[in-house]
Amino acid sequence: MNMNRRAFLKTTGAGLVASAFPLSLVKMAFGNDSPAQDFTFGYISDAHIQQIKGNKFVRNWDMGLIRAVREANLLTPRPDFFMFGGDLAQLGKKEELDHGLEILSHLRGKVHYVIGEHDYYLDLGEYWQSKISPLCYSFDHKGVHFVVLNSILTYDTWTHKKWGTPMDRMLAMARLDNPGGSPFMVGEEQLTWLKKDLEKIHRGTPVVLFSHSPIQKIFKPWNFWTEDAEKVQALLKPFEKVTVIYGHVHQIEYNQIGNISFHAVMATAWPWPYPESYTQLASCMPKMTVPMNRADPFFERDATGWQFIDLSSGRAAVRYQLPDNTNRTVAYNTRAGRPEDLNYQDHGSRIPPQIHY
Amino acid sequence: MKTSNRYLKGMVRAGAAAAMFTACVAFAAPVGLPPVPVPEGNPITREKVELGDKLFHDTRFSSTGEVSCATCHDRKKGFADGLPVSEGINKLKGTRNAPTVINAAYLRTQFWDGREPTLEAQSAQPFLNPVEMGLKDHQPILEIVRTDPEYVERFKKAFDKTGDQITMTEVQQALGAFQRTLIGGDSPFDRYYFGGDREAMSPAAIRGLDVFIGQGRCVSCHPIEQTQALFTDSRFHMIGVAANQMPQDLDELAAAVEDVKKKGTDIAVLSNPRTSSLGRYAVTRDLTDIGAFKTPTLRNIELTAPYMHDGSHKTLEEVVQFYNNGGRLNESDPLPELLSGGIRPLNLTEEQQADLVEFLKALTSPQFVQK
Repeated sequence: MNMNRRAFLKTTGAGLVASAFPLSLVKMAFGNDSPAQDFTFGYISDAHIQQIKGNKFVRNWDMGLIRAVREANLLTPRPDFFMFGGDLAQLGKKEELDHGLEILSHLRGKVHYVIGEHDYYLDLGEYWQSKISPLCYSFDHKGVHFVVLNSILTYDTWTHKKWGTPMDRMLAMARLDNPGGSPFMVGEEQLTWLKKDLEKIHRGTPVVLFSHSPIQKIFKPWNFWTEDAEKVQALLKPFEKVTVIYGHVHQIEYNQIGNISFHAVMATAWPWPYPESYTQLASCMPKMTVPMNRADPFFERDATGWQFIDLSSGRAAVRYQLPDNTNRTVAYNTRAGRPEDLNYQDHGSRIPPQIHY
Repeated sequence: MKTSNRYLKGMVRAGAAAAMFTACVAFAAPVGLPPVPVPEGNPITREKVELGDKLFHDTRFSSTGEVSCATCHDRKKGFADGLPVSEGINKLKGTRNAPTVINAAYLRTQFWDGREPTLEAQSAQPFLNPVEMGLKDHQPILEIVRTDPEYVERFKKAFDKTGDQITMTEVQQALGAFQRTLIGGDSPFDRYYFGGDREAMSPAAIRGLDVFIGQGRCVSCHPIEQTQALFTDSRFHMIGVAANQMPQDLDELAAAVEDVKKKGTDIAVLSNPRTSSLGRYAVTRDLTDIGAFKTPTLRNIELTAPYMHDGSHKTLEEVVQFYNNGGRLNESDPLPELLSGGIRPLNLTEEQQADLVEFLKALTSPQFVQK
């Protein structure tokens, strides 16, 4: 792939979008072959609101979510809706979820929710379902079919083994590198539901699937992973334009597997590094081509952020808003047939790594 | 007014014999500071500096004949004005605190929002700002400098130009050259830290330095380097000052930006506190920069109260308290929503805070202290 930037801009049409002020969105026309209409939506994820004690919460994570909400309210024209991508809480507590919801309540626009493992493993989604959202559902918007899955389930034998308290289970799952953890999965029940849900959808309709964990296999020890990812991918295969958007990994990732474009979204809380590729089995996961900028530890917001997404021709262009850093855009390149970074895809245009002394 | 003669003499001496008349004045930097960067197109000469000094103090370049650059950048007040926000013609108030001109030569951008890159570019704007010197255009300045016999002679000597050959370019260059001589290092801190004089700072100030580079995290934005210290990172940060002035929603933000587009940044930001609160964003339109202002140097800070871009903090104690509470004066105040990620509570004890203030007071260059 050695396409110059202008050609890329032409191909993606992403060059049309003005940079922020207030965060301008230029509406992009869908191709004639697509039944979808123009619109954008905002995406905020991985807030990890954490209670210290009583009404004291970790300030850093609060500030990340507050900043995202405040900035998202400056989008113009207004996005049609927002997604929250999971891990609103750190340890699934009601206090944390309530505090997070309070901050999100300032967001101007409807919010759809995806559950993350940090929201789930204390009470297995009970409070979430009663107060926030179902765990698995779909909706249609302006010609696009959106699906939300709960992808952070795991084996019942792990979930229901003899835990001292539910919080012990929560803490075990909250640990990134826990050898005693258990891989995420969507599970047969949801797969059956998804199959049925997609049956009525026209093959030409753009499908966008939201999950918390990646519906592709990146790195098992950190659960950047969904055990039955291939089964979900198989159900999405008949559709011409499929986009999967996930949180959990706290960094920019993109990939193309067959007809499916994958995009990760940023966390508002903290960044994770890119893990080494899992080499236990042959994987479709490519080497990471564009690393995240190295975060400046002085700026606690650096390497965090949020994003808004437009679905040009039914494919996503994800515009990452990165405080104290350079905003990035990853958009589907029709010529290459995959998502690509708008500015840094070519080797020559990368930001050189910092030199360590 | 012969303000900088003593200092200038010293510099010219340092420049040795080559510094006669038209030659560029080369001079050694004082302890703690790097050599002054001088733009290629505007070498420093004695004639130019003296001309700039005169221009800097000439009140005729304002619509009322009462305001000069020195009105707000007064040598007696650390080249600032001691006011929360500056007062121009007819006591009209702007929105921002006059930054000291001392060491402005080292800054990579000028103005609190960095909207101009050089001293030369900066110097043309206050003449025309309706709340500063209030001229409609630069013509009255040119008329004076082309006809006043003393200016005629000085421009001839400095630039070898007369009459219409003299334009604002020469005026700005002379002002720039003059300001590049207002350099202040050699403070107790410099003598202690770079000069090896262990007695130069008080024990409290030495403890304060420890807080400054340690728990206080001050040094992250106000750097001290191996051989020099400018005490500014030349970056822009939203530290929480005047957060309540900031546009609260899209409509207010759009209105403020419209204001900037219509009037130009210089006039818009000095005439309206809400527009002023945009900070660097008025220049870049980058969301990270909303409410972000340039890190000022800390040198000579004891001479230039009140503090912050809007002069809202009266004392250094208040400034330290503000940072200690993570971008707010009182712990009970709400946290500004778009606060820079570098600003967080510091948990300094009363004594640490007092020491820090003592350290800040050790940054004063002796030649600018009024006796």
